[in-house]
Amino acid sequence: MSQPASRLDFEAVLVPLAAIVVSLALFGVFILCNGVSASSVYYEMYRGAFGTWFSTQNSLTRAAPLMLTALCTALPAHLGLVVIGGEGALVLGALASVVAAHLLASFGPWVVLIGMGLTGAAVGALWLGMVGALRTLRGVNETISSLLMNYIAIGVFKQIVEGPMRDPASLNKPSTLPIGDANMLGSLPGMDVHWGLVYGVVACLFSYVLMRRTVFGFSARMVGGNVRAAQLSGISVTKRVIATCMLAGAAGGLAGMTEVAAIHGTANASLICGYGYAGILVAFLARQNPLAVIPVALLLGGISASGGLLQRSLSLPDATVNVLQGILFVVILASETFYGRWKRAPAATVPAPAASVVAEVA
Amino acid sequence: MAPCMESPTSRSPVAYLPLFTSLALGLAGLAACSKPAEPAPAAPAAAPAAAPGEEKAPAPAADKPFTVGFIYVGPKGDYGYNQAHSEGAAQVAKMPGIKIREEENVPETVAVQKTMESMIELDGASLIFPTSFGYFDPHILKLAEKYPKVWFLHCGGMYVEGKHPKNVGSYFGYIDEAQYVAGIVAGLTSKTNKLGFIAAKPIPQVLRNINSFTLGARSVNPKATTAVVFTGDWSLPTKEAEAANSLADQGVDVMTMHVDSPKVIVETAEKRGIFVSGYHANQSSLAPKGYLTGAEWNWGKIYTDYVTHVKAGTAFPHLLRGGLKEGFVKMSPYGAAVSEETKKKADAAKDALTAGTLIIYKGPLKDNTGKVVIPDGTSQAQTDVELEKMNYLVEGVVGKIPS
Repeated sequence: MSQPASRLDFEAVLVPLAAIVVSLALFGVFILCNGVSASSVYYEMYRGAFGTWFSTQNSLTRAAPLMLTALCTALPAHLGLVVIGGEGALVLGALASVVAAHLLASFGPWVVLIGMGLTGAAVGALWLGMVGALRTLRGVNETISSLLMNYIAIGVFKQIVEGPMRDPASLNKPSTLPIGDANMLGSLPGMDVHWGLVYGVVACLFSYVLMRRTVFGFSARMVGGNVRAAQLSGISVTKRVIATCMLAGAAGGLAGMTEVAAIHGTANASLICGYGYAGILVAFLARQNPLAVIPVALLLGGISASGGLLQRSLSLPDATVNVLQGILFVVILASETFYGRWKRAPAATVPAPAASVVAEVA
Repeated sequence: MAPCMESPTSRSPVAYLPLFTSLALGLAGLAACSKPAEPAPAAPAAAPAAAPGEEKAPAPAADKPFTVGFIYVGPKGDYGYNQAHSEGAAQVAKMPGIKIREEENVPETVAVQKTMESMIELDGASLIFPTSFGYFDPHILKLAEKYPKVWFLHCGGMYVEGKHPKNVGSYFGYIDEAQYVAGIVAGLTSKTNKLGFIAAKPIPQVLRNINSFTLGARSVNPKATTAVVFTGDWSLPTKEAEAANSLADQGVDVMTMHVDSPKVIVETAEKRGIFVSGYHANQSSLAPKGYLTGAEWNWGKIYTDYVTHVKAGTAFPHLLRGGLKEGFVKMSPYGAAVSEETKKKADAAKDALTAGTLIIYKGPLKDNTGKVVIPDGTSQAQTDVELEKMNYLVEGVVGKIPS
């Protein structure tokens, strides 16, 4: 890319990679303490996550919704906001997309899918837009409000699915009427991974360009850097906050739409499965950078894909992979302190500090 | 504000971090993708799945173990729904030439599709028991079409002949019969005549359990009433504990439940010094003093039967349903607090249900608003499909179905 690249680039690659290596090492110690061979755990994790074509597709499929829900947290983070309302945006976006599918059913699959995507994104945008509005117009803490609004969203979702929109035939598992097989979102050509993955990658790339390469992104980051300075420069903080939160919500709503259109074909309580919360983890691990969200979502998708195999072939409890996720989270957050340590060091002294990072963290 | 928030915004060059991480990981991912992609990606899929036989093909080669997969929606040690299935799986594991693979905490999302597929592709499973109700549509249906040579046997009784793939089966038990017997024990043991029922969602299956429990209790103790609390979801331990405490505060002295894991409710009841009747599995170890009996599943029987059939390649019904008579459900052994006389009455009802001479839902039957739901002279036997659409609470139930 541009100018002062070299030494910071090296740092930007090395620190997170070292953090991952350290996390895996700590995880290995934890595994050993439980009397299981760490190497067989690593091998099974590799086999379950990326070891075969099937496993790779499994990881990609699991990563798809996480990319979108991670943006719910990562985008507002550029303004210094900690929004954790991805779950709410997802479930309401999903519900809205089902409504759209039924209203547009007579126009054919293309119209239905586009309508579902737009409606899901719009409702998600309104939902998190409210968080932004509460923050900037009323001074309500956005973290608390977005968390609490998740519960409201889930309550509203259940009320509507189990009430007015319930398919009378769904006796023991209240669901809405299905959107119909013809209107389902298919798989990527040659793969068993649905189009949600492409939506996720495109949304991340778009968010990256928006935040790093446009005037809007620049002004938004200015708000995040120093609100007073931004105001003095004539930037409307209110507009930036609400618009960014709306974009974040749109990503969440789109995640809900893809879950409905690619997987469930209807809206029911199975949609409330924590993708929104997993997205928060992804966003923080990606250090709120939309581009980094892609590999981190892949990593977490891979970890969750391998969890099943660990259970089945090594009889480890399901919580094993949660332990690894927890270790990763802590180590990556702790590794923040290692940035900027080599600022005065000459560029391109790559190998030497590499070892020291690992040693120091360990 | 969280300190990490500043770095991506104020120190923009650090932004290169993700780019490179993504490149590195992306390359790793690509390397993994491209390797097996060259020699026909579908090949590993077909190989393990092909062995166990098409519809009526001969038994698989004896040298290869027959792998059976079990998938649970929650932890398999939950003292409840999943434990009941896991106990059934343990019986399958004891069968000769059988290898089982279990996976717990699999949500009803694409995750379960991937788990099933992973069991087929990586473990070579030829029969899978996805045990949660919500796994059926669309997850099992989708995978069954993709893997026509693997059997998918689902707990929930949703199979429809002609509509669903031929390699799918579904089974379920009439556990409300066991709840009826538990109701008799509860009705005779209660001193306050106030019974409690903590339920997850007001769906027909749950309502049927509440009603059968109440009808059982009132068949021996007409003064008994059942106060019902709906928590709203299958696993909400805090709400369940609150509900148990509030029922105990209202003077309820026997409670039962229909939630995924009755653990918290059983423990709370024991702590409050009241009686409790279990559900799904045997929870007597959690309440040695107050555990009366319980309505339990007996999946071991169904699973071993199914595995025998599938392994031998013999034909068997796609839809299996049964109650006490078929051995699909059973009662927990009576606890210490159950009197001899109560045991006798409960056993008599159990025998009558087993013999098919006792019909739980017969007219005249009123709901708790006074409306007649089953007119005089008609009755709805165990297998009556009308019962599958139940949307009322019978007379004697205190509470209403949230709308």
